[in-house]
Amino acid sequence: MRGGAPGRASLHAEAREIVFDFLEDYDLLGAFWTTVQLAVLSAVGSLIWGTLLAAMRVGPVPLMRGIGTAYVNIVRNIPLTVIILFTSLGLNNTLGVTLGSNEIETTNFRLAVLGLVLYTSAFVCEALRSGINTVPVGQAEAARAIGLSFGQVLSLVVLPQAFRSSVVPLANVLIALIKNTTVAAAIGVAEAALLMKEMIENEAQLLLISAIIALGFVILTLPTGLILGWVGKKVAVKR
Amino acid sequence: MSSVLYDAQGPRAKRRNVVLTVVFLAAVVAVVWWVISTLKDKGQLEWVQWEMFFTSTEPWSTYIWPGLENTLKAAALAMVIALPLGAVLGIARLSDHAWVRIPVSIVVEFFRAIPVLVLMIFGLALFAEYTNVSSDDRPLFAVVTGLVLYNASVLAEIVRSGILALPKGQSEAAMAIGLRKNQLMRLVLLPQAVTAMLPAIVSQLVVVLKDTALGGAVLTFPELLASANTMSGYYGANVIASFTVVAVLYIALNFALTSFASWLERRLRRGKKSTGAVLPANDNQPNAGAGAGPGI
Repeated sequence: MRGGAPGRASLHAEAREIVFDFLEDYDLLGAFWTTVQLAVLSAVGSLIWGTLLAAMRVGPVPLMRGIGTAYVNIVRNIPLTVIILFTSLGLNNTLGVTLGSNEIETTNFRLAVLGLVLYTSAFVCEALRSGINTVPVGQAEAARAIGLSFGQVLSLVVLPQAFRSSVVPLANVLIALIKNTTVAAAIGVAEAALLMKEMIENEAQLLLISAIIALGFVILTLPTGLILGWVGKKVAVKR
Repeated sequence: MSSVLYDAQGPRAKRRNVVLTVVFLAAVVAVVWWVISTLKDKGQLEWVQWEMFFTSTEPWSTYIWPGLENTLKAAALAMVIALPLGAVLGIARLSDHAWVRIPVSIVVEFFRAIPVLVLMIFGLALFAEYTNVSSDDRPLFAVVTGLVLYNASVLAEIVRSGILALPKGQSEAAMAIGLRKNQLMRLVLLPQAVTAMLPAIVSQLVVVLKDTALGGAVLTFPELLASANTMSGYYGANVIASFTVVAVLYIALNFALTSFASWLERRLRRGKKSTGAVLPANDNQPNAGAGAGPGI
């Protein structure tokens, strides 16, 4: 700061003081930790449910294909906000679903994860399916022609290629999921966006607060995109 | 039926499919029965909870249509403002001048990395503190601002990949006949890229439409979801019925748009006049950008 304009130096000191005050008065790290927890739990859940849906949609049983397609088309076209609000007002308030917790905070957190899983799994399913669709039919036909069994065709030829081309679409779904965790603010889960709203209502530092919250999300999403994009490019099958 | 995963089925596989179908059907029926009986136990299937949607126009004219109107208004405004902004940003990202390309890339990647809800909350406080927009209009302004900032960045990426998807020969030929950079973009690349981008733009409209619901849930913007909430309060907490009606409306609207996008995509791929470069309608495609993916 020495040598700079004195007004600027004191401005910096002031801004630093404000940021430290925020860290004391508001649980910024805790809020972002909730965001991360929401994202990780929902990612695991939607990967499992989405894989099952994808298996249903690419399988040979027409009824499973039909139900899988219907699920994806219905869920993809409902706003996530409607789903999450429904888990709270519909499932919890009206039908009394508590997901095994007596505390309202824990219940809301679990309901938000449930909503995020139900929604995101539709996109995971489509990402996996798009990976399978990039494998040319000729690959499987050639594998069958040299006498590989069904299991061998899948495990040696089709799925290795499909997984490689699913990395980038799945990474996009993950990034969208991290950003979508903010929707949990609609049912009062204490994550970053809700904290931002609370801070803006109480403090007169709109730009600074927004910059801090925005930076938090940039730190969460950009490296995820860069790393997974790099991995995706590295493992991609060149055709 | 045969696919990359399995061959056309013989008699044994067909028998196995029948068994799988029966087992799966039993599971589905069990789930549906459980849902219905739970709803019945809580009295959610009684006619009194549902009748107003069929016997009177009041819920429609008082709650649903005004809400839907606001939803559509916010989505349309956001898209109309975001489209030209996104086109400018997308073209600027392809500029030969680093001093244009780099700042624009940073702006685009920044706004794509931030949740749209954060942008909306920021917009609401911004209009409250620095402008004299009346407090009734502020939610609409905030929702549109958030949607524009985010979707202009996403559309910028769509425009950029639409231009990059064109065959290289197009710009080479244009340069060979002596067109300037500006002519090349205006006369050769953009007209073709716009057609290539159409399906992706229509799909983005679905994302915009869905994101307006955030304004209703968090910013007190009276759109479809918020009015459904008020409505269910008015009719004695018929949450299940109200949400079902609203969800059906959203599904119908978005499904129509999605189907239109994929119809466009198929049609453009078939068309003889295009160069064959078409950006796919769904948003699960690998994108060329460095960081955050498209919104879902």
